[in-house]
Amino acid sequence: MSSLLEIKNLSAKVKDKQILDNLNLNIGKGEVHVIMGPNGAGKSTLANVIFNNPQYTKTSGKVIFNGKDITNAKTDEIARDGVFMSFQTPEEVEGISVFNFIKTAKQKITGQNVYFADLRKEIAKNMEELEMKPGMDNRDLNVGFSGGEKKKNEILQMLELNPRLAILDETDSGLDVDAIKLVSKGINLFKNDENAILIITHSTKILEMLKVDFVHILIDGKIVYTGNSELAKEIEENGYNSFKVGE
Amino acid sequence: MMSKTRLDELNTNIYDFKNKDDYAYKIDKGLSKEIVEEISRQKNEPSWVLDIRLKALETYNKLNLPTWGPNLDELKMEEIATYVRPKADIKDKWEDVPTEIKDTFEKLGIPKAEREYLAGVGAQYDSEVVYHSIKDELLSQGVIYTDFDSAIREYPDLVKEYFSKCVPIFDHKFIALHYAVFSGGSFVYVPKGVKLEMPLQSYFRLNSPESGQFEHTLIIVDEGASLHFIEGCSAPKYNKVNLHAGCVELFVKENAYLRYSTIENWSKNMLNLNTKKAIVEQNGQVDWISGSFGSHISMLYPMSILKGDNSKTEYTGISFAGKNQNLDTGFKVVHVGKNTSSVVSSKSISKNGGIATYRSLVRILPNATNSKCSVTCDGLMLDDLSRSDTIPVNDVQNSDVEFSHEAKVGKISEKAIFYLMSRGLSEEDAKAMIVRGFANPVSKELPMEYAVEMNRLINLELEGAIG
Repeated sequence: MSSLLEIKNLSAKVKDKQILDNLNLNIGKGEVHVIMGPNGAGKSTLANVIFNNPQYTKTSGKVIFNGKDITNAKTDEIARDGVFMSFQTPEEVEGISVFNFIKTAKQKITGQNVYFADLRKEIAKNMEELEMKPGMDNRDLNVGFSGGEKKKNEILQMLELNPRLAILDETDSGLDVDAIKLVSKGINLFKNDENAILIITHSTKILEMLKVDFVHILIDGKIVYTGNSELAKEIEENGYNSFKVGE
Repeated sequence: MMSKTRLDELNTNIYDFKNKDDYAYKIDKGLSKEIVEEISRQKNEPSWVLDIRLKALETYNKLNLPTWGPNLDELKMEEIATYVRPKADIKDKWEDVPTEIKDTFEKLGIPKAEREYLAGVGAQYDSEVVYHSIKDELLSQGVIYTDFDSAIREYPDLVKEYFSKCVPIFDHKFIALHYAVFSGGSFVYVPKGVKLEMPLQSYFRLNSPESGQFEHTLIIVDEGASLHFIEGCSAPKYNKVNLHAGCVELFVKENAYLRYSTIENWSKNMLNLNTKKAIVEQNGQVDWISGSFGSHISMLYPMSILKGDNSKTEYTGISFAGKNQNLDTGFKVVHVGKNTSSVVSSKSISKNGGIATYRSLVRILPNATNSKCSVTCDGLMLDDLSRSDTIPVNDVQNSDVEFSHEAKVGKISEKAIFYLMSRGLSEEDAKAMIVRGFANPVSKELPMEYAVEMNRLINLELEGAIG
């Protein structure tokens, strides 16, 4: 498989705290990767660091996406290159409708004009798939949305923006089984041979509904073990203790 | 990760085109009895108006500058020409307005707006109204919409009955100044029961440098009538101070409705000391929509006096203070009648060291029982240099009242900027989107064309901050 994302020896800190420590990861086209790990292992940091969230600082290493070095690229440039991140707690933005937000984002990412009527239809169809309430796209972005509605709205954006790589940061956390099913449905709708998915999670429920190629265990800012979907089952049964280095 | 570079305010403002300072008559700079008498002579007005002017001048000389609010030391009346007559008489057809002045209003989109969605238009250039027109069917219903000088000549009794009765000449120093040298403005009378479907709009353009604009707008909406009035103002930028001290008097009678929308976009050297007030009778309602952009200093606090029982008012306002701007704006309401209600929603945006202050007065008198007042104000600061303050004065004199005041001031959310950037928006676009969203409750209240205009102004104000 040709490589889509290559992370080489990546270290990063937030304020003075080192969170990622020489992390390496390769993701190829058509692959679904899962990163699991205990709380505080650096899982969400990884997503934010790839996207150059200004709250984090890279201290070493490289991030190559689709052959391009994006280590120091700006967040918006990374997005336009085709990387998407589903937020754990998406921001509420008043006065901007979901529809207008997606329209603007889609125009920025494709560099092309997006026609109102076409997008309306497309969004309505995807909202139906995700069982989102009709008219939600007219509401202010995430304002007053329930946890589940926010997550579905992230998946809706993923479907609309159609990135090459989607990083889903704890998209399943805090959701009931029905909501997880719909989110998984959205992920399966999105997935094809040309794109890839990186799922960051601490639960295995969502993995039962998706075909996963690789499972990585992240502990103390490092990937300590990589396996296949069987690994997730093992973790569900035995926890992370057997993977902790030096314990 | 990102170091921010900020450029100075760009001056490529669409409003900032100047015409030659070419006038038919410009009065000497300064303020004196002779100057006031000369303005009156130039305008060839009846003696009762001159009497008011002279009394106002006396009042102006006696009153002190306000002891609160922005510092007004830079205002030197001796350097301001209070009356500039353009080279044009008032016309009722755009093609008769002299080319250069007509072009100005074309650029500002006024004739187009008139063709498309207005019931009448007034256009003032410097001190005089150069164009005024109203649709014929409104004339036949008895609606009066004319420039203020014509109103004094043609409807003297009506004007005398209301002029300076809502905003008295001794209210404060700058309203006294206004009455001493006022010129131009619009007069509107909507007869009983007449409801205008389309808005009327007056536009005020100050072109001449080192001068002042002192238009007087007087609107009477009679019993059961309804009107939407739109006011627009702008000026090009000069190096010297310009002054705007207009006055708006609104009379809303029993069961009448008036919506008063304003988009002010002054040049960044303007002192905008404007006074607006409405008196609302029983079951009447006045709604204010106010967008304050530009100016160096603004002091602007529209006021509703809820005189009649069951009268109502809503105020929705936004101001945007950039570099070197001190915008001191807000709202005043006095609840006099029973069961009166006021809803105030004020927003301010400040950036590049701009100061945005929300200053308000809520007074609920002892007889205004079962009244309601709700005030919400939000301040959004785009950087650490800027300021946003809230200075409310609440004077509630009876206990049978529902009153709430909520104030929120905060910096633009870095997390929200990151979220938007992760969807492909540049830092500038992300900020602009957040600011537009913040302003959206105000845009929503404006007619579509003006909402578009306001978004354009917001984008212009945000230009020059690059990430």
